[in-house]
Amino acid sequence: MSETAETRAEDPAGTGAGKISVRDLTIRYGDKVALSGASFDVYENEIFGIIGPAGSGKTSFLRALNRMSDMTPNMVIEGDIAIDGRPVRSWRNVYALRRRIGVVFPLPVGLPMTIYDNVALSPRLRGIKSKAKLDEIVERCLSRAALWDEVKDRLGSLGSLLSGGQQQRLTIARALSQDPEILLLDEFSIAVDPVTTMRIEDVLKELRSEMTIVLVTNLVQQARRLADRTAFFLTGELVEVADTEDLFTGNSKDPRTRDYVEGRFG
Amino acid sequence: MSHSADRRDAAWWVDRAVQSLVFVGGISGILFIIGIFIFISKEGYGFIVSTLDFGEFFASPRWRPTSSHNPTYGALALIAGTASVTGLAMIVAVPFSLGAAIYIGEFATGKTREYLKVLVEMLAAIPSVVWGFIGLSIMNPLIIELFNVPVGLNVLNSGIILGLMAAPIMTTLAEDALKAVPDTYREAAEALGATRWQVIFRVVLPAAKNGLVAAILLGVGRGFGETMAVLMASGHSINLPTSPFDSVRALTATIAAELGETAAGSEHYQALFTLGIFLFIVTFVINLTADLVVRGVRKQRP
Repeated sequence: MSETAETRAEDPAGTGAGKISVRDLTIRYGDKVALSGASFDVYENEIFGIIGPAGSGKTSFLRALNRMSDMTPNMVIEGDIAIDGRPVRSWRNVYALRRRIGVVFPLPVGLPMTIYDNVALSPRLRGIKSKAKLDEIVERCLSRAALWDEVKDRLGSLGSLLSGGQQQRLTIARALSQDPEILLLDEFSIAVDPVTTMRIEDVLKELRSEMTIVLVTNLVQQARRLADRTAFFLTGELVEVADTEDLFTGNSKDPRTRDYVEGRFG
Repeated sequence: MSHSADRRDAAWWVDRAVQSLVFVGGISGILFIIGIFIFISKEGYGFIVSTLDFGEFFASPRWRPTSSHNPTYGALALIAGTASVTGLAMIVAVPFSLGAAIYIGEFATGKTREYLKVLVEMLAAIPSVVWGFIGLSIMNPLIIELFNVPVGLNVLNSGIILGLMAAPIMTTLAEDALKAVPDTYREAAEALGATRWQVIFRVVLPAAKNGLVAAILLGVGRGFGETMAVLMASGHSINLPTSPFDSVRALTATIAAELGETAAGSEHYQALFTLGIFLFIVTFVINLTADLVVRGVRKQRP
């Protein structure tokens, strides 16, 4: 925990280079606009919170970022999202792009295979065959996701039989197994109990030193606890991006943001 | 009469009535199955207890029920005929149907997918006698010419025909199994950078495994029970097949072809019913296995 605090002090928000830069991003589903004209930067090694009520375009942004949008036929994306300066749309091999990004979905997805295989899936797809190497990755990722102690004696049982909170940590371990540069979390605590949520939040604070984390959440207080900077999306509009502390101490530029974080609507 | 009449009182009676009606509908399936089993058992019972020699039935290929001085009832050749035709049919049908199911379920989108599904279901509705006709009039000369064999009505012919017959229903069932795999699994795997094929082979197929096995087993059951197409395309001659070009005779075809010529209650008649009992048991076990396999998958996903 002390290490986390140090990281925060050493790397104050905004000093890193723009890891993800978003310019004039508009996302539409057919005629329906999910996000219009958003521009912002996410810096390296920060936790970037995205808050906003349902239907404000948060998840659409994540789907556009790792090009899951390719699978949705009527999803139209205009403007640019770039990672390390390279637009995501320029990747011909979309799988190579996705390998750099870990994703944690709102509802835990334990794939119907053993716990071990869940975590070893991505390394195996990469081509790692050595049992020792796989063992090492599985243990490391499960430990970092704060799940190892609970499952180390039953790695061979089905991942889909774990409890919701455990499955969500399994999902995180699986996302970490490909050493992502960017970790996307989409309302990860929806199906997770408060205690597990806090454990996962601690995990995220530690991971910040190694990767860039984009945290979409509809728990305003979670953004306050974790995020260095926070963006507020409202019905497809990026209302503002600011240091999280400013947003929560009444220093937001837009009155709507203050109303939202203070719980007046949403 | 403190309360005015409530329509729900009448609706309650309707509810009860519909419940009973639906119950009768549901229970009748079981009654029919039991009834059929009792009927064919009764017809074959006398033969099974008095005349039937189980060793001969399962081990002898001599099916000579009409011999006047010494009739023999060896069903081995018939069993081998059915098994070889069904086996070849599965070799044909499994890759076709799984391939079609994967294409329809995982790759085809929009209109293509809808058209394909309708077409496959239409294929399943082609009457078996039409398939038999194709076997007789198209496949037969084709096989004679291609492989330079004297007769084109054989295991190869009927196996291919039966495979094509079974493939549509297997495709539909296999596609249902693939569709039952939640999209979240696919998305989770894609998010790990898995390619389409990796997603299908590493995640979707293993997740749908039980449903796919059930689809194949139901195809096998269909193959075992099919009569007309096999009768027309197999050559209908009693043979222990040693090559795909041997003519064979199937259990079902034997019953269909001979039952009309026997006197009711005669030994031959009863022997045919014994074949029927055997078929019934085999298909029952196959279907039951398929059902248990599907149940297995439900238990794994709470």
